[in-house]
Amino acid sequence: MSGYVQALLDPSMPFVRNALVAGLLSAVLFGVLGAVVTVKRIAGLAGAIAHAVLGGIGLSLFLAAKGVLPGLPPIVGALVFALLAAAVIGFVSLRAKQREDTVINAIWAIGMSLGVLFIAKTPGYADPMSYLFGNILLVSGRDLALLAALDAVVLFLAWRYYPQIEASAFDEEFARVRGVPTDAVFVATLAVTAVAVVLLQTFVGIVMVIAMLTLPSGTAGFAARSLAAMMAGGAALSALFTVGGLAASWSLDLPAGAVVVVIAGAAFLAASAAVAVGARKRRGRRA
Amino acid sequence: MTIERAGTAEAAGTVKRSVAIRFESVSFSYPATPVLEAASFHVHAGEFAALVGPNGAGKTTALRLILGLVEPESGRVTVLGRSPEEARDAIGYVPQHASYDPAFPISVSEVVRMGRLRSSTRRYGPEDERAVERALSLADVEALAGRPYSALSGGQRRRVLVARALAAEPELLILDEPTANMDAESEGRLFETLGELKGRATILIVTHDTGFVTSLTDAVFCVGEGGSGGRVVKHRAVPAVHAASVQYGGSALQVLHDTALPDNGCCPDDRDGYPERSAR
Repeated sequence: MSGYVQALLDPSMPFVRNALVAGLLSAVLFGVLGAVVTVKRIAGLAGAIAHAVLGGIGLSLFLAAKGVLPGLPPIVGALVFALLAAAVIGFVSLRAKQREDTVINAIWAIGMSLGVLFIAKTPGYADPMSYLFGNILLVSGRDLALLAALDAVVLFLAWRYYPQIEASAFDEEFARVRGVPTDAVFVATLAVTAVAVVLLQTFVGIVMVIAMLTLPSGTAGFAARSLAAMMAGGAALSALFTVGGLAASWSLDLPAGAVVVVIAGAAFLAASAAVAVGARKRRGRRA
Repeated sequence: MTIERAGTAEAAGTVKRSVAIRFESVSFSYPATPVLEAASFHVHAGEFAALVGPNGAGKTTALRLILGLVEPESGRVTVLGRSPEEARDAIGYVPQHASYDPAFPISVSEVVRMGRLRSSTRRYGPEDERAVERALSLADVEALAGRPYSALSGGQRRRVLVARALAAEPELLILDEPTANMDAESEGRLFETLGELKGRATILIVTHDTGFVTSLTDAVFCVGEGGSGGRVVKHRAVPAVHAASVQYGGSALQVLHDTALPDNGCCPDDRDGYPERSAR
């Protein structure tokens, strides 16, 4: 741990500080957006969007390496694919519910496969592993600025439309009767999730971003009395898991994203077990 | 399918009053499945009406038309003299809420405050808070206000949803299968609340129980009886004579399905009694 603190303070290692700031900025998204994704039960949809992102990254790398669009950053393709995936999933969810699962799984699989194919045909070396599992030590100043901007947008939307978001997630039909444009809330949630997934995958990677969008907020949900408390608790837990995971990964020389997700998963399982044991004891006392 | 309007013996000779819900030759179908065909019926303001029919008959479709969640293919639906969308603020809706997520973190008072929800406003004002308190009291769930919604029994949750609908201070209260999975105590308290509300608001209960309705009922409309061809028919209902028929927090009325009252029988020349607006 002291080695991690020394590295944080070492002026020659700005990437360690960047990683910590990225983790803390990500915690806001994991908490606020994660709570909405969890209570609206759209983690599967977010998973499909996250995996479709690899297709966009692969296409960007391919076009840049082939000289078609020189210098095209992977994040541009990732954003385009994420928003396209969100648009298709949103349309299918709202208009053609009977094929929803199939379409979502198709987007999930096709997105990943396209990514692998484009990366395989990209001249030079490109490592899909760093996109799949993230590499927080490669986070740039631009990434931090984008994350901070998205934090601000998500916090504003969650504050401004909290009653509508809460009602849409709790009882969508009632919210519609009260005049809330629930379809718009759903599509906006998907779009913001898509953008967040693109930025967050630099931290924990495509595969594990969904874990971080659900586990901390799910853990907070055991104790939370309101959606706002779940958001705040999820963000606090994410920050805790992130700092702990970064320190542990530095000390043990392990991939940071994976360590953070393992800690978040262990905390969720421990909390689930504690809640189950508590419920059993209460039933036993009543019997 | 058809919807029939049935009236209690007492309500059969209703005097001329405003009309809260009016279906005029309304047709609606899902792909390859006709549901309502030229259905016409009306509910008077202040009436306690029951919309009954077997599952799949079209009750939910009629409900969704009244709430403005779907539009008729032909005909016109008028609610409180307006189009259903325009009337929404004056409607209190108690859904079945069958897909409720027990892990959703929310307190009873927050659920009830949802009844004051507006399409894009963030703030709840003092008047909203007062309406929430009145609704909690009227639905007899004040003592539950601070508790998590998920910690309640099914019957308590349904009464909280009634309080949420009442928080809107509605002119029209619509309850979808209000007694489904409800314990006898909650059922009694619910109908006590509805009894207090009767006359102050129009109440429409939607239920699949076609045999009996609560004795609070003024008019019974049946949807989807055999041979009715997608219309709605008003039936007569009379006090049930058997002791076993005591339910809905009191005595019940038996629906006489072999009776069919004409839709305009109660008010041949009536108009809605509400100022004309841009109703559909």
